[in-house]
Amino acid sequence: MNIEMVVFGVMFVVALGSSIAMLFAPNAVHTALFLVAAQIALALAFLLQGAFFVAVIQIIVYAGAIMVLFLFVIMLLGVDREEALIDPLPGQRSMAVGLGALLAVEIAYVSWKGATLVSGIEDGGAALTALNRDPGNVESIAHALFSRYLLPFEATSVLLVVAIVGVMVLARRLGDAPGDIASPEPVESAEPA
Amino acid sequence: MSVDPGYYLALAGLMFTIGVVGALVRKNAIVIFMFIELMLNAVNLAFVTFSRMHGNVDGQVLVFFVLVVAAAEVVVGLAIITLIFRYRASANVDEAHLLRR
Repeated sequence: MNIEMVVFGVMFVVALGSSIAMLFAPNAVHTALFLVAAQIALALAFLLQGAFFVAVIQIIVYAGAIMVLFLFVIMLLGVDREEALIDPLPGQRSMAVGLGALLAVEIAYVSWKGATLVSGIEDGGAALTALNRDPGNVESIAHALFSRYLLPFEATSVLLVVAIVGVMVLARRLGDAPGDIASPEPVESAEPA
Repeated sequence: MSVDPGYYLALAGLMFTIGVVGALVRKNAIVIFMFIELMLNAVNLAFVTFSRMHGNVDGQVLVFFVLVVAAAEVVVGLAIITLIFRYRASANVDEAHLLRR
């Protein structure tokens, strides 16, 4: 019983427990906070497996930036009311749970089958530890990112620019004339909210 | 690294399944989005575990790309949800069933 087992157990319980709690939290803010807990637990799992860089950006980008954006939109929209309990589609919830159980069985079967198929490469943990020690984790990721994965890396920059332009187009209030930035009062008559 | 990678893969599978069920069950568009994030996180855990099993960092590079795509997706999706909320005063996915305004 070493310390890694204990940390793994705590991580497993927190990650799974807060994921399940997300399902049953009626409030959107509570769901977001449980998701943050699950993500921090996953960052611990990344640390346990020697993925230091990924663990840090998981906390900074996911639990930090993205979840703050989520909470910001929740507060902006004021989604404090309870969710509708009436099901417009009868039997959707029970069917969703049934299909989810089926999916879990499928994933378990495929991973068990896959583990027996590729049993030659069970654990390269020692190789990864050596890699983390000699060039370092960040250095090895940077080397892979800027040599073999250079084209996908450049493609992500295009993706981010497209996303920024798309959001600016979406968030513009309709009714304003294009190029009408300096208008003294925006036209808001067509909006119920 | 003494914990067997199978346990991490089991956790990733369970979290992915919970994400699927949550995205099907919940009605609030923002909450559905959070469950999609949970699914992406579960896949990230699987990538990191595969990276450790193979003893190289390629899986961690893929996690980096998943993070970028998730950030872009969240920004665009939340903008769309805000836009729908502006027209319908509700983030319920069952009420947004018309293509017209």
